[in-house]
Amino acid sequence: MRAILAKTLVAQAQNSDFVFLTGDLGFMALEPLRDVAKERFINAGIAEQNMVSVAAGLAHAGLRPWVYSIAPFIYARAFEQIRNDVCLHNLPVFLVGNGGGYAYGVMGPTHHAIEDYGTLLGLPNLTVYVPAFAADVPPAISRLMTAARPAYLRLGRDEKPENFTVPPYAPWRKLLSGEGATILLVGPLAGGILAAAQPLPKSQRPNLWVLSELPVMATEIPATFIADLEQSGHLIVVEEHVAQGSAGAALAHALLCAQKPPRRFTHRFACGYPSGYAGSQLYHRQECGLDPSSILKLLSIAP
Amino acid sequence: MHFEARVGHIGGNLSSLELMLTLHHRVMELDDQFILSKGHAAGALYVTLWSMGRLTEEQLATFHSDHTKLGGHPVPYGIPDIPFAIGSLGHGLGLAAGLALGRRLRGQPGRVFCLLSDGEWNEGSTWEALTFIAHRNLREVVLLVDLNGLQGFGPTAEVVNLGSLARKLREFGLEVREVDGHEPDAIEQSLRAPLGDRPLAVVARTVKGHGVSFMENKMEWHYLPMTAEQYRMAVEEASRL
Repeated sequence: MRAILAKTLVAQAQNSDFVFLTGDLGFMALEPLRDVAKERFINAGIAEQNMVSVAAGLAHAGLRPWVYSIAPFIYARAFEQIRNDVCLHNLPVFLVGNGGGYAYGVMGPTHHAIEDYGTLLGLPNLTVYVPAFAADVPPAISRLMTAARPAYLRLGRDEKPENFTVPPYAPWRKLLSGEGATILLVGPLAGGILAAAQPLPKSQRPNLWVLSELPVMATEIPATFIADLEQSGHLIVVEEHVAQGSAGAALAHALLCAQKPPRRFTHRFACGYPSGYAGSQLYHRQECGLDPSSILKLLSIAP
Repeated sequence: MHFEARVGHIGGNLSSLELMLTLHHRVMELDDQFILSKGHAAGALYVTLWSMGRLTEEQLATFHSDHTKLGGHPVPYGIPDIPFAIGSLGHGLGLAAGLALGRRLRGQPGRVFCLLSDGEWNEGSTWEALTFIAHRNLREVVLLVDLNGLQGFGPTAEVVNLGSLARKLREFGLEVREVDGHEPDAIEQSLRAPLGDRPLAVVARTVKGHGVSFMENKMEWHYLPMTAEQYRMAVEEASRL
């Protein structure tokens, strides 16, 4: 998704309020943006706290800064700067965290981002964008620029199945219809689960939804999603994020408050590092039951 | 004001007061901005803004009370002269750098003055901002350091000894001018003298609790509110200055 981020921002670089800061990352991806944005492309060095404060100052001066790094180096290292300097003042600073969830795989837990949006969603004024497919990145960027508020864009690796046409971007989208459980997915893991579910007979095939913007707003849950829930009776939420601060927890809360709890609720979330070993993104997903075959097994459970 | 609100932080306010008053009355121009990185000196900032006619007597009287825009540290509720809420140390210099860089990129005039404490050079983010400013030669930022030698729980020399901050700032590539931070003429001169080709830092030697003998250089006045008798004595002493 980095390549499409760079390509999308190249088209923005001539705007008078454009400025891009990176924490000394982006090799083999951001060079085209650097070449076009020139003095508006700022390598702030390996100093993320200062980078976020500088971005807040730039935003206060009328610019709309992008701030890029590997995800945890933004949301964890510079959390107080995001909280005090950006969010308290509702400034249009657009944080981009590359490598959502276990995307950095065997590079290890220091580089993973499995509590990013839960951490950030406690802050005022901030919206989180989690594209599921590379094709979602340009419209998500368009929406966050229009909102002009603090934003966190969580990028991952595109896992779109071949021959699947991504429906137009929206915070809530239905990817697949069936008569089975209702599944809500967050982020790129949607691709593999979609590919696994497509061939199932209609009676088992789930209603597959993907959620791309957080926090979960009760008023924005589509009526068709609620109808799917009522018909299927079993809600499964799958996300590469810990349970605390998760989309699943927020959705369960919203459904309870609306007196519309599903008859059965299953939540699959990032469970940390149960074996104590490092591995690929798929390895960590498998450990947590987030991989397609683990999710398929859930579909045989009666509501 | 601090007496009426029964609040502390008076020591670090008094060490900064002449710096802020001189800067605002004699140095800053219309396009300039001020960032108070040592947010606990908010009282001195409010008094300075009041003395400039930027805050009213009525606003000042709400200091530290319910439903006020003048909290113990600057709050983010829309006072135009206070661009950012700052209380946690180590934020101001990066914010000032961003404001200054924004001016440069947009071709706008003006400088950004940032007042820091000496204690906040314990914070790594302050050094991050310093290297950023030095590397980009952000001459639009002017640093003022209130070198009062006392921090939260002891003398700076005993908590984390800075050694010579002036020398360190020079080594990092700034132009450094050292002044007595309670001498308005010296402060003005240090800020108005023609700039070299590097960003300027004015390192001001100050006394915590300056002007009130029983407060001077006493760490407890980082925290304590005054009794009525102490307030009477302080006003009497200060009025003789």
